[in-house]
Amino acid sequence: MEIGLVLLPLAAAIVAAVVPSQRVRPLVVPVAACLHLAFFAAILAGGVSSGRGVWLRLDPLATVILGTVSVLFLLIAFYVPGYLELRPERDNRIFCAVLLFFLAMTSLLALAQHLGLLWVAMEATTLATAPLLYFNRTARSLEATWKYLMIGSVGIAIALLGSLFLAYSAYLGGGEPSLLFEDLLAGAGSFSRPWLRAAFVLLLVGYGTKMGLAPLHTWKPDAYGEAPGLVGALLAGGMTNCAFLALLRVYRVVNAAGEGAFARELLVFMGLASIGLAAVFVVRQRDIKRMLAYSSVEHVGILILGIGLGGVGVFGALLHAINNGLTKGILFLSAGNIQRAYGSKSTDEISGAISRLPISGSLFLVGFFAITGSPPFGPFVSEFTIVNAAIGGGHPVAGTLFLVLLGIIFIGMGSTVLSAVQGRPGTASAGTPYKDDLARTAPILVAAALVLFLGLYLPAPLVSLLERASAGLEALP
Amino acid sequence: MTHPVDILLVVVILLNFLVLGTPSLRMTIRGAALQGAVLAVLPLLVHRGFGWRVAAIAIATMGIKGILIPGLLEKAMRDIHIRHEVEPYVGFVPSLFLCAVGTGLAILFAGNLPLAPEHVGTLIVPASLATLLSGFLVLTTRRKAISQVVGYLILENGIFIFGQLLIEAMPFLVEAGVLLDLFVGIFIMGIVINHIRQEFSSLDTDLLSELKD
Repeated sequence: MEIGLVLLPLAAAIVAAVVPSQRVRPLVVPVAACLHLAFFAAILAGGVSSGRGVWLRLDPLATVILGTVSVLFLLIAFYVPGYLELRPERDNRIFCAVLLFFLAMTSLLALAQHLGLLWVAMEATTLATAPLLYFNRTARSLEATWKYLMIGSVGIAIALLGSLFLAYSAYLGGGEPSLLFEDLLAGAGSFSRPWLRAAFVLLLVGYGTKMGLAPLHTWKPDAYGEAPGLVGALLAGGMTNCAFLALLRVYRVVNAAGEGAFARELLVFMGLASIGLAAVFVVRQRDIKRMLAYSSVEHVGILILGIGLGGVGVFGALLHAINNGLTKGILFLSAGNIQRAYGSKSTDEISGAISRLPISGSLFLVGFFAITGSPPFGPFVSEFTIVNAAIGGGHPVAGTLFLVLLGIIFIGMGSTVLSAVQGRPGTASAGTPYKDDLARTAPILVAAALVLFLGLYLPAPLVSLLERASAGLEALP
Repeated sequence: MTHPVDILLVVVILLNFLVLGTPSLRMTIRGAALQGAVLAVLPLLVHRGFGWRVAAIAIATMGIKGILIPGLLEKAMRDIHIRHEVEPYVGFVPSLFLCAVGTGLAILFAGNLPLAPEHVGTLIVPASLATLLSGFLVLTTRRKAISQVVGYLILENGIFIFGQLLIEAMPFLVEAGVLLDLFVGIFIMGIVINHIRQEFSSLDTDLLSELKD
C-alpha cells in the first residue's frame, strides 16, 4: 500500500514532464498534491503494512513527518500556478517535474524502514532540489547551487560512511546481517560500541548537514536566499524535517543499544550551538530571506535539543517539526511575494510592506510572531513543552540558555521584520506591477490558520499519534 | 586475508600523496582515475569466490571512477584551457605534510577499533580513513572547481575502501555508494560545471564568493 505514496507523485512527475502546454503543466502539481494527501489519509484510515521484513511502512514517526510534508506540499502546490504565471519567460517543465519528484523521494525517505534505502532517498532529495535552486539562472543562484551541491554531497558521503560504520558495528555483534531497522533494533544490544558511537557522530554530521545544523549550515543562507520563495518553504519545512527523521531513525538504534545518554549529550550540545549561531547572525540581518535561513538553523537546533532533552521534550520536538514546517510555509511564501513587489529582498529597499501588500505583509508579520514562539500560535506550545522538558528534566542551564537565545532571536528578527512591514513604501516598490491576489495569498492564509489552530487546540488523535511516536523512539528493547 | 589487497591499498595511499603534491590538473585527474581503477580490482580480491554482484560492482566502479568521470573532467579542463592549480589555500608542501600526519593518525586510530577476525591485520580501515582525509584536504584547500571535484572523488574512494569490509554481508550499501558516484558525477560535473563555465568563462570558485554575511 505505502509504495503508492511514492509511485503516485512519481507518475505525476512524468505527466508534468510530457504535458506540452506551459500554462496547463503547473496545474498538475496541485492535483497530484491533493491525491497524495488523500492517499495518505486513506492509508492511515485503512491498511498500514504490518508484519516483519517490510521495507516501507507508515509507522507513527513517518506519519508525523510525512503528514507535515504532505500538507505543506499541498499548500505550496496551490501557490505554484500563481507563481509560475509571473514567470512566463521561464520554461517550467523541469521545475514542475522536479517538484513532484521531490515529493516522491521525501515520501520514500519518510517510509523507509531500511538503513540503506533511507540513505538513497536522502541522496535523491538532495539532487532533486538542485534544479529547483537554480530556477532563476543567475550567477548568484548558480553560486548557491554549487555550494549546496558540494556541501550537501560531502554530508551525504559522510552519512554513507556513518551507515557503513553502523552496519559494521552490527556485523561485529553477530546475528543475521540485515539493514532493516527492526532487525537493527532487535540486535542492538550486542553491537560493537566503539563503532556505534563513531557511526552516530558521522551520521549526526552527515544528516545534520542536510538539516542545516551549525556549524554545517553554511549552504543554507545562500540556498534559501537565492531560491524562489516556494522552494525555500519546501526546503525549510520539508527537507529539514526529512533529514531530522533520518537522524531519529538512527538515534532510535543507538538508544536501543544503550548508548542513548552519549547521543543525547551530543544532541543537546549541537542543538544549543545551532540556536546560538542563529542568534548571532539573525541580528542586523538586512536580507529577509537570509534571515529566514538563520531562523531555520535555529529551529532545526530546537528540534534536536528537544530530542536530546528526552522525556516530554521528544513530544515537544515532534510537535515542533509540524509547527515549524507549516510556519516556514507562511514566512517563505509571503517573503517571496514581498520580494517580487519590491524587486529586492533587502530592508534597504523594503519598507511599508503592509501598506504596499496588505495581505502578504500582514501574513509575514504573523509568521514572524508565530516562528518566534509568541502565543497563541503553534510553535509557542511546542517550544514551551521543550522548555518544560529542560527545566523539569534536570537541565536548568540548557533551559535558561535556550530562553535567553530565543529572546535575542525575537529581538533580532523583530527589528528586521518590523522595518520591512512598517512605515511607508519607498520609491522602489512603485517600479513593479505586482499585486496580491487570491492565487498567491490563499495558501499562505490557510497555513496561518493551521498554525493558529495548532496553537489553540491540539486534537486528541494528533496527541495520541505524537505520544506513540515519541514512546517508540525512546523505547528500550 | 590476502596479501595483494594490502599492496593495492599501499598504491592507493601513494596516489593520495601524488594528487596532493602536484600543481598539474591533468596529473590530479589522472591520479584520481588510477586510484579509482585500482579500487575497482579490490572487490574481486576481497570477496572469496566469484559472484555476479561483486563483478558488477567492480565493472561499474572501473567504468565510473576510472573512465567516465575523469574523462568528463579532462574534457572540461581542455575546453577552458586551464592546466594548473594556482595558489591553493594551503601550499603543496604543507598539504603533503598534513596528508602524512593524517595517514599516521588514521593508522593509530584504526588500531584502536575492534575488528572482525577475518579483517585483523589488513590495511583496509587505515587506508580508508587516510584516503578520506586526503580527499577532504583536496576539497577544502583548492580553488579550482575541478580540483574540488577530484577531492570529492578521493573522499568517496575512501568510503568505497571501507565498504569492502561489508561487501559480503551487506552489499547493498556498497552498491548505493557506487550509485552516489554516478549521480554526483552527472549532476555536479556534467551540469553544474558546464553552467559555471558558461556563466563565468572560468572554473575558479573564487568567482563564486558573492554570497556572504
